[in-house]
Amino acid sequence: MLETIFAWETLTSAIRMATPLAYASLGGVFSERSGVVNIALEGIMLFGAFFAAVGTYFFKNPLIGVLFSIIAGTIIAFIHAVVSIKFKVNQIVSGTALNMLAAGGTTFLSRLIFKAAGSSPHIEGFTPIDIPIISKIPGIGLIFSDLSPLIILMLVIVFMSQYILYKTAFGLRLRAVGENPQAADTLGVNVYKYRYIGVLISGILGGIGGAFLSLEHARVFVENMTGGRGFIALAAMIFGNWKPIGSLGACLLFGLAEALRMRLEGVGIPTQFIQMIPYILTMLVLAGAVGKSTPPSADGVPYEKEEI
Amino acid sequence: MKNREFIENLILNIISPLISIFIALFFGGIIIYLLGHNPWETYKEVINFALGNPNGWGYVLFNTTSFILAGLAVAIGFKGGLFNIGAEGQILVGGLISALAGLYIAPIFPSFLHLPITLIFSALGGAIWAFIPAILRARLGVHEVINTIMMNWIGYALTNYLVVNTFRERGVLYPLPQTDKLPSSAVLPKLYPIFQKIGINIPESNPVNYALVIAILMVIFTYYLLWKTKLGYEIRALGLNIHASENAGINVKNIILITMLISGAMAGLASINDVLGYRYRYLDNFSHGLGFTGIAVALLGKNHPIGIIFSALLFGALDRMAIGMDVFTHIPREIISVLQAVIILTIVVGNEVLIRFLKKRRKAIYA
Repeated sequence: MLETIFAWETLTSAIRMATPLAYASLGGVFSERSGVVNIALEGIMLFGAFFAAVGTYFFKNPLIGVLFSIIAGTIIAFIHAVVSIKFKVNQIVSGTALNMLAAGGTTFLSRLIFKAAGSSPHIEGFTPIDIPIISKIPGIGLIFSDLSPLIILMLVIVFMSQYILYKTAFGLRLRAVGENPQAADTLGVNVYKYRYIGVLISGILGGIGGAFLSLEHARVFVENMTGGRGFIALAAMIFGNWKPIGSLGACLLFGLAEALRMRLEGVGIPTQFIQMIPYILTMLVLAGAVGKSTPPSADGVPYEKEEI
Repeated sequence: MKNREFIENLILNIISPLISIFIALFFGGIIIYLLGHNPWETYKEVINFALGNPNGWGYVLFNTTSFILAGLAVAIGFKGGLFNIGAEGQILVGGLISALAGLYIAPIFPSFLHLPITLIFSALGGAIWAFIPAILRARLGVHEVINTIMMNWIGYALTNYLVVNTFRERGVLYPLPQTDKLPSSAVLPKLYPIFQKIGINIPESNPVNYALVIAILMVIFTYYLLWKTKLGYEIRALGLNIHASENAGINVKNIILITMLISGAMAGLASINDVLGYRYRYLDNFSHGLGFTGIAVALLGKNHPIGIIFSALLFGALDRMAIGMDVFTHIPREIISVLQAVIILTIVVGNEVLIRFLKKRRKAIYA
């Protein structure tokens, strides 16, 4: 049992399992840094997973699938943005409604489009890539071979986001509207605009995260296949202190838990208890993050422009 | 003055929900049209199916029963400013514990206690499942949203394990993932005899049962609790302003814990309609999103017990209509969750728009 756990394969599958979480978690960072809580990420991922399958199934091209997932994710994020930024509705209520829309809507559409209950037909994802030279090293090379392009893209985006958020004027403004919108407004930053941008970016990233699940992980769309990953991603974001690289680290932890979970299947522990591992870990991580991580001060608080 | 307040309340609490229902039905009509059916004819057919005969009424009331209890559970949390998105898991755990109590604990006691035991254990099970997120929120300050959702998934896996491996029905060739049948002393009788006595011919096969009476009693209980007791006052104060409540000397941590436990207990009770009143056993994952419908019911009913009766009736009818839709037009019944989401979004947005409109009007009057 121990050999099967401590193997390079575990690490590779940990990275694979961390990827959809990392996309969604990073989406959460952009949204919440701008001051909008986005629990609709679960639904955004689910829509992303579904439309990636639809696009790939009909156009036989995973790139179109990813494009579809981005469009779907952006639309859902846009609804969340309008409802919570323009209409200042409670952001958790809006997110919950969109999650219900995603659960019902994707199941509904899936049964209509694929004419079958439960799941879509098999879909072909991207052709895996080997990183030259390093992938030939025995052992550790495994991590760098057979990689989904979406994994590489994820790593690029995470580090780019860290730079954008902390080293550019755009990043400074985005964080400012989440920390102190009044002050940002006084300095001439358009609070609403930056919040819209933050939420829409979370839609794009959450959509790709969902696409990874159906295209690269399962190679099929299964009803409600996100299984709470949107929320796990949010927990990772909190544990990562609302920072891109920190969140990636937390996602790798969850990825490792999922990889171990898959390794543990078939060693005699009932599957239901193995299934619980990521959820219990999420709760432990949240409890552990108390006092150690601080959300942006205006996170979840609608901004009301003062009338003069 | 009194008159204006009355009109404003009327607009906010009655007209705005009606508008959002209308928008949802219109949206549903578009979907039906896009799928090649005549929305008008389809609606007429399914409304007739749901509301045009006593059997339909019985089914609507049966659906309404669970929705009232689930709606109350979510509303109690909302009133205290807490988001109990974990009603789904609490319903499953409450249902299973209630069934197990009926099978293994009740037989020790005289038979007149069997039903009270199963009822109490359903509430207890729900409260137990709410306890962990509740204590984490009250003591450590971990927000309850993610935790209650995680508890849903854990609850689903745990009840699945128990009903598949430990308490699966015995003595049949192909056992389903469900418990043994409960003794008749531990379950809720059907209501059709009463309806037949007053001339409403609900057939014997109809599942509407005494859980409906319990749901109505719980409506009264919730109203009394929230508006007529000190605890209810403190819960509502917490929901309005947590910092002010703290300054006013309310023990915020305790109230959070208690509110969450009551909400969980109510969610647990939402299982009785199915477990004790219909199947007489616990079936794996019987709830099918009932806890989430509870959120829609609570919001449409403005978190008020009376409002919840009406919104539960509406969702009860919609659910029955969705089954008719599936039968007549083969449109998947998941259309209902789409419409629920549309109702939630339009009701909350509509509220904001109307409140702004009323504020402007008031300003215009006093300017």
